[in-house]
Amino acid sequence: MTYLRDVGALTRKDLLLELRARETLPSMLLFVLAALTIFHFALPRGTGETAARGLLWSALVFTALLGLTRAFVAEREQGMFDALVLAPCDRSAIWLAKSLAVFAFLACAELVALPAFAAFFTGIDGRTVAAVALADVGICTVGTLFGAMAVAGRARELLLPLLFLPMAIPIVVGGVGGYLWFLVLYDAIFALLAWALFEYVVAET
Amino acid sequence: MKLPALAAACTGLMGLAVGLIFFYAPTDADQGFSQRIFYFHVPIALTSYACFGWGAWKALRYLRTRDERADTESYVAIHQGVVFGALTLITGSIWAKASWGVWWSWGENQLVLFLVLFLFYCAYFMLRFSVDPGPARANMSAVYALFGVVLIPVSFLAIRLSQKFIHPVVFNAHGPQMAGSQFFTFCVAFVAMLALFATLYQVELAGKRIDAHVRELRELLR
Repeated sequence: MTYLRDVGALTRKDLLLELRARETLPSMLLFVLAALTIFHFALPRGTGETAARGLLWSALVFTALLGLTRAFVAEREQGMFDALVLAPCDRSAIWLAKSLAVFAFLACAELVALPAFAAFFTGIDGRTVAAVALADVGICTVGTLFGAMAVAGRARELLLPLLFLPMAIPIVVGGVGGYLWFLVLYDAIFALLAWALFEYVVAET
Repeated sequence: MKLPALAAACTGLMGLAVGLIFFYAPTDADQGFSQRIFYFHVPIALTSYACFGWGAWKALRYLRTRDERADTESYVAIHQGVVFGALTLITGSIWAKASWGVWWSWGENQLVLFLVLFLFYCAYFMLRFSVDPGPARANMSAVYALFGVVLIPVSFLAIRLSQKFIHPVVFNAHGPQMAGSQFFTFCVAFVAMLALFATLYQVELAGKRIDAHVRELRELLR
């Protein structure tokens, strides 16, 4: 129960921070709309539906990447990591809370992106929505762990895409193909791994 | 020192493997002479998996024991894995050109998987070199290496889902689909390639240890 309360408090902190500063979510929204507009001009006329569906996935992955890059910046710049690590809570709670916050931002961005996609290109069925939701879980869990690694390095923003994109390839395959069972499998495996290993990532920083 | 003995064994095995590949193994009826690259390509690919697996095992050892040597060993194994991975991509590409007339085929699962792994493990070095040496770097490298070894089967499944299967299937549930002499040559080539990995691993590790030792001595003299 304490674990859940810790997670709740940490998530609330992140959401409150975003509500006051309004840094991450507006940039994600603008980015995904701009990306969809670019795709309209990048796609040859008449290739429409099939090609656009694939591009939706790349837009979502890159939008998520934008949010993940920002996820730990405040912690790093204000030296909050030390305080979080010292706090008497399980360290994986930090990871879970951050994943939930990033998931919330990503879901908000998609609430705009998916209708926009449907309006610009082609309609979306329930299967795609389910696939997007499942993919979000995988993106947020893995991305948060790698985000915590990336901010420790000197390269920071540069590093996260390099670390994360190869991990995102299976998500894109599952999403484009609509293999929901595969996405569930991916989420389960990597969420468990990230949950178990996060403590090592922040332990010595 | 056991390194010279290992190197000698590796040279002998490699010579034997090359001899078997070119003079003992029968020429493939379907693909002709170019099929012989199979005896290099597949052992290199399997050795690369072995490197990544060994690197992940050492990473796990590091997280449990906090032994700095395990961290170095994990790094060296993954370094060798990336070298063998690059060789897999190159030999696979040559084979694809020889048998299908194209340098790259997205239909070939193993090649695409190696591309994904190659990208993933190249980022390992970016991560490692952007963090200052110390326990934090060792921890992150170890976590990343463990993710890598889990990513291998997941990616394999993903790639298999994503495309039709046109890669020649040599191994399946009914055992190897080749003649005895071919299988023997393959096994020798595989063992030789593993010996090459072991030798290179020991050589690089010896270099790293001397490097660390020299640095310690320099600190003492300062």
